[in-house]
Amino acid sequence: MPRTWNTRLEFGAIPAAAAVMASLMLLSPRPVAPGEPLPDLVELAPGSFQYRLGGDFTRGGRPATAPIVAAITHAFAVMRHQVTVGEYRRCVDAGACRRGDEASAADVPMVKISWWDAAGYAAWLSRSTGMSFRLPSDEEWVYVAGSRFRDSERPRGIDSRDPGKRALDRYEQETAIRNETDPEPRPVGHFGANEHGLLDVAGNVWEWTDSCFARGIIDADGEPSTTTVDCGVRVVEGRHRTYLTDFIRDARAGGCTAGLPPSNLGFRLVLDDDWRGRLRAFADRVKRALTDRTI
Amino acid sequence: MLSRRTAISGGTLAGLAAILAKPAFTEDLMLPRQKIELVAPPFVHPHEQATTQGPKIMEFRLVTEEKEIVIDDDGTKFRSMNFNGSIPGPMMVVHEGDYVELTLVNPATNTMPHNIDFHAATGALGGGDLTLISPGEQVVLRFKATRTGVFVYHCIPGGPMIPWHIASGMSGVMMVLPRDGLKDGAGRSLHYDRVYDIGENDFYVPRDKNGKFKSYASHAEAFFDTLDAMRRLVPTHVVFNGRVGALTGENAMKAKVGETILIVHSQADRDSRVHLIGGHGDYVWETGKFSNPPEINLETWFIRAGSAAAALYTFLEPGIYPYVNHRMIEAVELGATAHFKVEGPWNDDLMVQVKAPAPIQTVETVGATKVH
Repeated sequence: MPRTWNTRLEFGAIPAAAAVMASLMLLSPRPVAPGEPLPDLVELAPGSFQYRLGGDFTRGGRPATAPIVAAITHAFAVMRHQVTVGEYRRCVDAGACRRGDEASAADVPMVKISWWDAAGYAAWLSRSTGMSFRLPSDEEWVYVAGSRFRDSERPRGIDSRDPGKRALDRYEQETAIRNETDPEPRPVGHFGANEHGLLDVAGNVWEWTDSCFARGIIDADGEPSTTTVDCGVRVVEGRHRTYLTDFIRDARAGGCTAGLPPSNLGFRLVLDDDWRGRLRAFADRVKRALTDRTI
Repeated sequence: MLSRRTAISGGTLAGLAAILAKPAFTEDLMLPRQKIELVAPPFVHPHEQATTQGPKIMEFRLVTEEKEIVIDDDGTKFRSMNFNGSIPGPMMVVHEGDYVELTLVNPATNTMPHNIDFHAATGALGGGDLTLISPGEQVVLRFKATRTGVFVYHCIPGGPMIPWHIASGMSGVMMVLPRDGLKDGAGRSLHYDRVYDIGENDFYVPRDKNGKFKSYASHAEAFFDTLDAMRRLVPTHVVFNGRVGALTGENAMKAKVGETILIVHSQADRDSRVHLIGGHGDYVWETGKFSNPPEINLETWFIRAGSAAAALYTFLEPGIYPYVNHRMIEAVELGATAHFKVEGPWNDDLMVQVKAPAPIQTVETVGATKVH
């Protein structure tokens, strides 16, 4: 069973004495002390899983189904919910994030976010917590999404040379996905939790990942390899996997874009499981406990 | 039957006045009647393309409606006005020489007078002068369809009400077909398997001081802000069939390879330039009037404000065809995009991807990098 980051630290591997000392150091008033509370995190144990590679593949010069490979992840923690309007607003107030479309309630996911906005928020949150937050890789996203990941890859067999059929297939799939929910962002938790306790995975807000769009080939032995990587286009995950230019905030349909794009663009961040992270989180818990007592 | 000519040659002025004022014309017009059940665009009621029947009195009924609608995926609310609950109003199809007999209804639930100007009709503001009715009233107008083509109709209640009612959605199309059907420039008959009626509208939704779209409790409250937004001539939305994406996804228009479709496109308020991405206009009546020979093989055709165009096209390849206002800013940013879903076999002779996307070939190109 996955546990939350904080729960785990209560029984954590760090010697208690060292932790208490460290926490006291962190608690001491310093003008440059990081002030931002840690977001609610869910810890993911290392694991192996089957991962459908992102990007476009060809085999023998024809469009091919992206292969599934065995993937292994290290331990990391991920935000339980997507970054909210309220959280993002603190970054804006600190002068570190662009003022966005923030008219809605504080407890709904922040949307109309570009990859650059998300990266900017991650940099600010890292600075203000003293820890290294970043966007997940696509592989990590698929891992934490668990059963909420929807493999949107369509088998490409004998029809793979028919551009008309391919376009119609994709159109129908994306139409069905888009019609599943209305696009109005909902308060955190509206779309429920997955088996890891993550909220709103594949709800109506798609999430940026750090992975770049890649094109690859599958050789005669079925081995995939990358031929080109375009980091101006990032993998976006949600009800379906898609690829968007990094500065896009609102993936609009229309014109040549025949498909139906994500309803909303938002994000959640991950945190690598290292000693600094554990220490800081423990210190936060101690601080919270002390504060509670004084009240 | 008394014609105007016999009345003038044989009668006194008083006699003429009596005849013109006399409501006896109805009894004189001994023609068969046909009542048409209208359907909402993009579909069109069943009709003959060429007909062997003689002229008829074609009966239609339009009900005006004032209604708040949602016009985009962001949930933007708009105080619309329309005919028969749809934007555009339904297409009415008749043949040259038929009489159009319209019952226009203004339900008591409405708050304003409405009327109708048929560009296909002659005289009295296209009927606008004879059809102005208050909430709770109805009126019957008859006019003779003397010219062939696709023609806009719209509400024309007077003063600033005219552009406001039109820009709120009160327009549609009447198609007057030649009795022997459509012809190419050489007089050969043209036929369509399906007809789609696409109405384009420019909407002007007022914004608050933060730039957010405003909504209003009533049409009256929306009027001044909306008129102010209209006078700037920069639409907030340019849409096909009443809202962004109305003709996409599950509502994309369907066709098959080998089928010929007639696309009727109207814009009552503003110019447009329509384009079928990946397709053409095989025969296009750009100004919409069938007595003129159609242009052939067009890429983009121009719609003059207050007019409709008709384009005939036979699909040759399957797939998704976006149908846009080729001012792409309007197509993508403001909403003027529809989709055709076309099923059928792909023809490699017309197009093929010879080599799939791959790195640019140079002499230094080395092998690919392993992913896993």
